Amino acid sequence: MSAISFPEPAVAIEPAEHAQPRPRRWYRQPALASGAILLGIIVAAAIAAPLLTPYNPIKQNLNDSLLFPSAHHLLGTDQLGRDTFTRLLYGLRTDLRIAFIAVLAPFCIGVTLGSVAGYFGGWVDVVLMRLVDIVVAFPFYVLIIALVFVLGPGQRSIYIAITLVGWVSYARIIRGEILVAKRQEYVLAARSAGLSAVRIMARHLLPNVITQAIIYAMSDIVQDILAIVTLGYFGLGVPPPTADLGSMINDGQNFLPTSHWQLTTFPGLAVVVVGLSLSLIGDGLADLIRPGQS
Amino acid sequence: MTFVAQRLLMLVPVAIGVTIVVFFLIHLIPGDPARTILGIHATPQRIALLRKQWGLNRPLVSQYLLFMDRLAHGNLGQSLFYGTPARPLIIGRLPPTLWLIVYAAVLAIAISVPLATIAATRKDALRDHVVRVVPMLGLGMPPFWVGILLIYALALRVHAFPVSGYGTGFFGHLRSMFLPALTVAIALSPVVIRALRASMLNVLGAEYITTARSKGVPARRLFLRHVLRNAVIPAVTVLGINIGYLIGGTVIIENIFAIPGIGQLMINSIFRRDFPVVQGVTLVFGVLVVVVNLLADLSYAALDPRVRFDR
Repeated sequence: MSAISFPEPAVAIEPAEHAQPRPRRWYRQPALASGAILLGIIVAAAIAAPLLTPYNPIKQNLNDSLLFPSAHHLLGTDQLGRDTFTRLLYGLRTDLRIAFIAVLAPFCIGVTLGSVAGYFGGWVDVVLMRLVDIVVAFPFYVLIIALVFVLGPGQRSIYIAITLVGWVSYARIIRGEILVAKRQEYVLAARSAGLSAVRIMARHLLPNVITQAIIYAMSDIVQDILAIVTLGYFGLGVPPPTADLGSMINDGQNFLPTSHWQLTTFPGLAVVVVGLSLSLIGDGLADLIRPGQS
Repeated sequence: MTFVAQRLLMLVPVAIGVTIVVFFLIHLIPGDPARTILGIHATPQRIALLRKQWGLNRPLVSQYLLFMDRLAHGNLGQSLFYGTPARPLIIGRLPPTLWLIVYAAVLAIAISVPLATIAATRKDALRDHVVRVVPMLGLGMPPFWVGILLIYALALRVHAFPVSGYGTGFFGHLRSMFLPALTVAIALSPVVIRALRASMLNVLGAEYITTARSKGVPARRLFLRHVLRNAVIPAVTVLGINIGYLIGGTVIIENIFAIPGIGQLMINSIFRRDFPVVQGVTLVFGVLVVVVNLLADLSYAALDPRVRFDR
């Protein structure tokens, strides 16, 4: 469904009491640290947008339309005279908020269903995995666009569409991890001690496998941002005049031939930088739990 | 049971599931689907007719059976915009899409193999680090944005390629579709580069490479005959896993470059609220992915005698 390579299940997960003391703290991991700092700056800028810019992202000012970058307008203005830098910050605010919220439901649903499928096996596993096969049979963008179309454009539809499509990857990853982890001695011990299946899954298995899902979530957020921006570009996302990076690119592309290239370029670059920061965090996390296997 | 028979059998539940998903799309429409689709100006007669056509006043199961009966007869419904059957409309648009998919896959391999080679042959050297940053940047690039920038740089400024369209004849397609295919390939190659680099490193550490080296096989020959050949298989697998992404990317890119494929048909039909065509295209995309995956699996089995179900 997506251009994401799944992390391979860690073959042997050491029980916590045997684990070596971690040689490196997270901030000593260059990829993780730089990714976290980069994302922190972007998120802070998006949240503090009203403090960072004196302009209103929505209010039109036709006297100042299509100005070139200057000290007053760092990235110039768009065809309706709105400050591009301001709309960029507010667009990041919109798109990041939607992406971070959108990833929660598929994460929880996928992890739960994946754990159940992996732990119990049998027909539950067969049914859930066929369900995964069916969702994966559709190209990611095709299903998202079709769902948003039938549900009607807007944020609510984006959340529903991403949830319906996104859970499958988490389910696959967690199922694979649980299949390996449930044969470990500590699980057998917990089972022979008479603990309930729910308790074993929640308290013993999940803490050992959840990291893989978190690592995947980093690239999943990137993919969701891309989907949100793409829907915005096609006019199926957040309705105007709310600033959204996708609709900004769409508005700006008409002015490419007149050298207003900054209108199209910078919203896209913002997405690239967000994607880079999340990829760095994901890679760093993977390195942290499996050193030397990058 | 043979591999082929098992693989075909596995296809049945997925194929049925795909039709169920496509069938249910209409029931996700809020309110009365017929009214919503036809818009506020539709006459009650028209709405009643559409409801009857789609069997909307019947029980859900019987609606699905009706839908399957139509599908079995190759009927994808009537386009509301054109007033003609949707099937020829969609089939007529397939060739440009298939062209784009194949072209993009070829370009993705052409980009990924050299870059992965550069990285893997000197692990942890500067060039390895540079190549490893490329996928990180690439994963976050919105494909339509890359397309727009390529049009600007290579078509509007330099005039090296046409701005849009499908072109005529084999070489016309090759030229016109270069930028769109390159865009899809750029979106795809991050994953392929990563996988290829990892599998090359794996192969380089294998015993048969050490053996070949100690026999005195020249470096160039060693790389081409022993490393690359064995490393490409996993990379093609990754390409196969991401075939859905590749095919989905064409929807977006066709619209940027005005290529008359089914992706453009889908987006156009969305704006015309032509539900039957959107539904039909969604189904065709699903079938396309399923078929390509099947072909990929079967060709593995044919190429590699170790591939069997009971691994």
